[in-house]
Amino acid sequence: MSVLVLAEHDGKQIKKATRQVVTAAAAWSAPIHLLVLGHGLDAVTAEAASIAGVSEVIRVDAPALAHALAEDVAALLLDLAPKYQVILAPHSAAAKNALPRVAALLDVAMISDVISISAPATYIRPTYAGSVLTTVESSDAVQVLTVRATSFDAAGNGPAVNIVDHAAPAAQAQARFVSATHTVSDRPELASARVVITGGRPLETRFDAILNPLAAKLGAAIGATRAAVDAGYAPNDLQVGQTGTVVAPELYIAAGVSGAAQHLAGMKDSKVIVAINLDPDAAIFQVADFGLVADLFEAVPALTAALLAE
Amino acid sequence: MKVLVAVKRVVDYNIRPRIKADGSDVDIAGVKMSINPFDEIAVEEALRLKERGVVTEIVAVTIGTAACQDVLRHALAMGADRVILLESDLELQPLGVAKLLKAIVDKEQPSLVILGKQAIDDDAGQTGQMLAALMNAGQGAFASSITVADGEALVVREVDGGTETVALKLPAVITADLRLNEPRFVKLPNLMMAKKKPIETIAASDLGVDAAPRLKLLKAAEPAERKAGIKVANVAELVSKLREVGAI
Repeated sequence: MSVLVLAEHDGKQIKKATRQVVTAAAAWSAPIHLLVLGHGLDAVTAEAASIAGVSEVIRVDAPALAHALAEDVAALLLDLAPKYQVILAPHSAAAKNALPRVAALLDVAMISDVISISAPATYIRPTYAGSVLTTVESSDAVQVLTVRATSFDAAGNGPAVNIVDHAAPAAQAQARFVSATHTVSDRPELASARVVITGGRPLETRFDAILNPLAAKLGAAIGATRAAVDAGYAPNDLQVGQTGTVVAPELYIAAGVSGAAQHLAGMKDSKVIVAINLDPDAAIFQVADFGLVADLFEAVPALTAALLAE
Repeated sequence: MKVLVAVKRVVDYNIRPRIKADGSDVDIAGVKMSINPFDEIAVEEALRLKERGVVTEIVAVTIGTAACQDVLRHALAMGADRVILLESDLELQPLGVAKLLKAIVDKEQPSLVILGKQAIDDDAGQTGQMLAALMNAGQGAFASSITVADGEALVVREVDGGTETVALKLPAVITADLRLNEPRFVKLPNLMMAKKKPIETIAASDLGVDAAPRLKLLKAAEPAERKAGIKVANVAELVSKLREVGAI
């Protein structure tokens, strides 16, 4: 039996999270197949085929899959499932949407947001917004899970393996793609950025004006607290936390962030945490490696200027 | 058209969960319980669809022991027309819940089922998508906007890096994200009135559904605390420390 990883890509590149899930998949010591679906996949499948640890790439390329819906992905995975003992994917919006559907069709439980794997069927996953870590054991014949990518190292490159084409799933009438909006940005993707700068509610309408120059200097992604998003200072997809994006960058800079439990759950695995806050008692300081009690409207531009001056 | 809303009773979001001394599970004895916040958003959306003249009847359902009546009363107080308690003392997991809800869908034949995108206790985020699979219906997970017209539900979904809009043939299943709406405040007189309304109770064991748990909980533990570091006096010291540890 083999392990099937559902790859994520942007049409040009395989996302880093997929490489991290390949590392997680090695826990079963079984051949790892990487499923790449979409339309116009030449560059992406070539990259997929050279990820170390992958023994085969399955390519499903069809115009209808340019915007694959959960209904399509689930039908495809159901078709492939009899050959696999484990199906896993990053805990991303796309996989969170599709994998429960697959699990139900296979009549198996699904394990979400796994941070540690003891093969063949024992997992650690956070519950209660990260306040509790639970260890669960599955009794099902097929394991279906999403993995918190940042808990695993990214697989590197190896010798290229075979790319096998597989037919697209039959068209379905249950759901149809209408449109998509993408936040246009030259910054790195929030979930996999090396540096993340997160702004809180005190930034108000100066959110971009204060954070953008520092992000540009550091090549950082920008995140936001739930309060900043709720107040309309930043778009929804920037929210860092248990119900938003979970990040674990090399450097995390929190500006005007109080440190609510659900926010801490989404960033406390960052390697180095910097907190800048006017309130010396803010909970964020309890997890910060370097805390600076200061007015962020002065400290953040000063930090940007200091880095630019070097 | 009829809409079915599934609600779950969970540890109140303001309560920090305690772990039992033997590490076997979270201790919920004597802890304040409430309706799952995402499910409250689902109820609110059903109410707004009714106020817009799209929906004619709202049925709320929950699964659990008699104690779960309180979340149904909450749904009634918000404005649900009818409520059902599927009585069960099993440990409920998403697949089992989806199967039980499918049995209620077969009975009630709603055009739309709305659930919260995840429960804030187990954080699984699976039940709605699983129910859609079992119904062979389309799914709109993580919805930030719902419009119903011409036998379709148009759902704006929150995805990584933006939004996606899908059109679902009815009946369909939708899960509510945080920003779909802000639930109304429940007024005390409404809560008093809700106490007088009937709760239809069905024994889950009568539905002929295998809802037994598939995952065994081996252990519950608190995550390792991250140690607080040091306070720096100014930006210059911060830059020098970051350089020391190789972060910049």
